[in-house]
Amino acid sequence: MKNKFLPLSIIFIFVIIFIIFYKGLQNTNIYTPEVTANNEIPSFSAKLLYSNKIINSSEIFESNKFYLINIWSSWCVPCKQEHPFLIELKKNKNIEVIGINYKDTQVNANKFLDELGNPYDQIIFDKDGTIGIEWGAFGVPESFLIYNYNIIKKYIGPLNNELINEIKLKIK
Amino acid sequence: MKILKLSFIFFLIISFNHLKANNEDMKNEITKNLRCLICQGQSVYDSDSEFANSLKIMVDKKIGEGLTEEQIYRYFENKYGEWILYDPLFNKNTYFLWLLPLLIFLTGGAIIFKKLIKKP
Repeated sequence: MKNKFLPLSIIFIFVIIFIIFYKGLQNTNIYTPEVTANNEIPSFSAKLLYSNKIINSSEIFESNKFYLINIWSSWCVPCKQEHPFLIELKKNKNIEVIGINYKDTQVNANKFLDELGNPYDQIIFDKDGTIGIEWGAFGVPESFLIYNYNIIKKYIGPLNNELINEIKLKIK
Repeated sequence: MKILKLSFIFFLIISFNHLKANNEDMKNEITKNLRCLICQGQSVYDSDSEFANSLKIMVDKKIGEGLTEEQIYRYFENKYGEWILYDPLFNKNTYFLWLLPLLIFLTGGAIIFKKLIKKP
């Protein structure tokens, strides 16, 4: 009986290790970020792109109102793709579109908006990317739908027609 | 008196440098323990991506605000979820992960102990 204990325990350990590795094989190793819903918006103060005025987040958001925060940059190619959809969304009176200009220069950002149009009610200038971190963003483009100081939905990557229609349905 | 003043200034500079070096060490320690979420298998410390660089600035800011290392980890965990930490927390998903080495160690210890007792 005692002689059997050692091989049995070794087999047991190997079986456990095998199960762990086998389960690990099934898991995808591509990280998909958690899309957290009903999270409170972060509080921050930042410079505005046009006026250089420092603004606090509490001055931007009001209760019972929809906002779309859009993180963009002039050097980001997918941002160019989603831009017409933001301009289309801006036609809707139920929502305010707030831009966060991520790691950009004022000159390039202005050029971008002159060329493609400006869908934003306000643009926050995020030179070092820390406002983006406050929002839990990974990069550009990224958008957050906000209602009553809460993030209702997070969109990672460029917005498209389908997503814009989804937003329009939500803000009706 | 002049020498006293000079040595005081020298002392101030030295202590300030020491403080800065401490902060730099803490920043390195923290960024090594944070995962660069958009890179494959790199820590924030190792990565030079836009995301990692912003995170490094943020860590600097938080250290400047006087937050402790633990508070900074909690801040990032709150923003990005537990995945951003290289060191997994002890919760129901990770009981097995944390306890398995201990279990194996105890089993091994028990085997050795039994053998030792048997010998004499």
